[in-house]
Amino acid sequence: MTARAGGEARIDARFAQLRDEGRAGLIAFVTAGDPDLATSLDVCKALAANGADIIELGMPFTDPMADGPAIQRANLRALRSGTTVARTLEMLRAFRTFDAETPVVLMGYFNPIYRYGVARFLPDALAAGCDGLIVVDLPPEEDDELCLPTRQAGMSFVRLATPTTDDRRLPAVLENTSGFVYYVSMAGITGVGAPDAGVVKRSVARIRASTDLPIAVGFGIRTADQAAAIAEFADAAVVGSAFVDCIGDTAKSGGDVATAAGNLARELSAGIRGARRKHGRHAGSGATSGQGGMGRR
Amino acid sequence: MSDKRNSYRTGPDERGHFGMFGGRFVAETLMPLILELEEAYTAAKADPEFARDLEYYFKHYVGRPSPLYFAQRLTEHLGGAKIYFKRDELNHTGAHKINNCIGQILLAVRMGRKRIIAETGAGQHGVATATVAALFGLPCTVYMGATDIERQQPNVFRMKLLGAEVKPVTSGSQTLKDAMNEALRDWVTNVADTFYIIGTVAGPHPYPELVRDFQSVIGRETRAQLLEAEGRGPDSLVACIGGGSNAMGLFHEFLDDEGVEIYGVEAAGHGIETGEHAASLTAGKPGVLHGNRTYLLQDDDGQILEAHSISAGLDYPGIGPEHSYLHDSGRVKYVAVTDTEALEAFQMCARLEGILPALEPAHALAQVRKLAPGLPADHLLVMNMCGRGDKDIFIVARALGEEL
Repeated sequence: MTARAGGEARIDARFAQLRDEGRAGLIAFVTAGDPDLATSLDVCKALAANGADIIELGMPFTDPMADGPAIQRANLRALRSGTTVARTLEMLRAFRTFDAETPVVLMGYFNPIYRYGVARFLPDALAAGCDGLIVVDLPPEEDDELCLPTRQAGMSFVRLATPTTDDRRLPAVLENTSGFVYYVSMAGITGVGAPDAGVVKRSVARIRASTDLPIAVGFGIRTADQAAAIAEFADAAVVGSAFVDCIGDTAKSGGDVATAAGNLARELSAGIRGARRKHGRHAGSGATSGQGGMGRR
Repeated sequence: MSDKRNSYRTGPDERGHFGMFGGRFVAETLMPLILELEEAYTAAKADPEFARDLEYYFKHYVGRPSPLYFAQRLTEHLGGAKIYFKRDELNHTGAHKINNCIGQILLAVRMGRKRIIAETGAGQHGVATATVAALFGLPCTVYMGATDIERQQPNVFRMKLLGAEVKPVTSGSQTLKDAMNEALRDWVTNVADTFYIIGTVAGPHPYPELVRDFQSVIGRETRAQLLEAEGRGPDSLVACIGGGSNAMGLFHEFLDDEGVEIYGVEAAGHGIETGEHAASLTAGKPGVLHGNRTYLLQDDDGQILEAHSISAGLDYPGIGPEHSYLHDSGRVKYVAVTDTEALEAFQMCARLEGILPALEPAHALAQVRKLAPGLPADHLLVMNMCGRGDKDIFIVARALGEEL
């Protein structure tokens, strides 16, 4: 690990800070190069400046099997604008000249990384300022491919736990996970349907009993109210399709994409920041139940 | 017989790998379902009742064994090897696809699943899936690319008649790969009750293995039938390849028969040099898509390229992982045949043998046409006639400039 807090350390530092502030974080997902790389860089800056605590940066792929229509369209816009793995890393490097604190987790599907070459990708990603990876189509059964090398390289490999991850399987899912655990709020694809916060809360409690890692919750969270409901018990809420819809719609109507994305981030962040202040005494997190929220650590 | 070390028939390993290919590259949501399927399949394989059921439906519903037919006029015309057709186009629903669907629906029923989904390209697998879903009284949704729906209207209507819902897929290239993406999205959303009947020897482990096993009846019958007709086994085998299930079905039985030359025929579309083709092994590179590592048509950034073939059933940018393994190990020779060559073979077969082949096996036939003349008269060549051409008459008409 380098002395300067990059890679896994930058994620750990951010969650430590959130813990100190007694609140959950906002993880904002956007697709790199959507609608083009220059705008996308401005979007990332605007997200970080308006309350996004972590940026999840999608690497576009022609066949995003786990994603719904909104993110599928974002992938196509990004690919049409000429976005590649190499250009995504260049953009991240540019972002790092403005922002050394906000963790950036690259999200994608394995094939573009595999084609780029794992041995070449990991040092390039770390050097560009990447802190962790989320790769949808790499379950623990395929840990040798990328998960273990990523951790050796000093970056987090953030695993997804899902409603189908039962107690028998959970230890395998958690074993090589680092940075945080990403709980998928419902069986399905991104951006379709809305999670039932009560059901998700029970699932998060179940996972929390097996790990000390922070738990982020994503899939189907679009509004400040939804984000706030999740933020009462989770350590972060991930919002994706709402951001890419905002980017797509604003780009189409010729508006200022970065400003629109920043405004959405501010709105969502306000919801999240208000969550435990508003409901703190009744949220059942940390202090009362001993198994929710940041109070555990 | 070869010892185990030198066998080509031992794959996959317990993690679903054929050499470096195969595996289980799926989202976590699907992983428990795939493990459950593997468990159920292992149990089914050990259960004599499952084997009896399979045999019953193969015989009384599918119409197996399919004949092994000596194509005498074609043999005389080409003037070389003695050519046999394995007549899997005579199966119920007109293609080899039903073999696999019977096997998988029996598994689905064993597992208590209440709903069936499938992807389809040419529509043959969709029809076969709709058929077995009707047979077992389960609701069925078939994902089909909008482009394919347009060019395979007869099969779309057949599926509807069979009670299936055909959902058009408008994302990406609107063909088979996009239909598979959409079927995976359905499965990941409906995890509790849905069984995904994958149509080819691809996808996450254990699909490539179990589809191969259900199709292997083709090769087993071929061995027995040729033994009866000629007193010996084949000298060469030829089959077309999209995902490669009919080919694996024929080849697997003979992989360790050292003297047997095996040819897999990919679709060269407008020609490999044009970039408009579906020849993943001839012109692709290893990559990861749809749950497995295999050869894929892709650009330098790992983005999947659109495939092209006149045959909707071959129009897929990947290939089953076992074929990738057999390609790299050199056991099977993979070649490619253009749209034009396939069309010529289609017409030749119609005139000489009174058989309209599907455009998929027309590719295999085009390879036979190249091979046979250079082979001696006592060379026994078996080609898998894996589908009938009725579904393709509109495409062929258009290609020949005829109005129907």
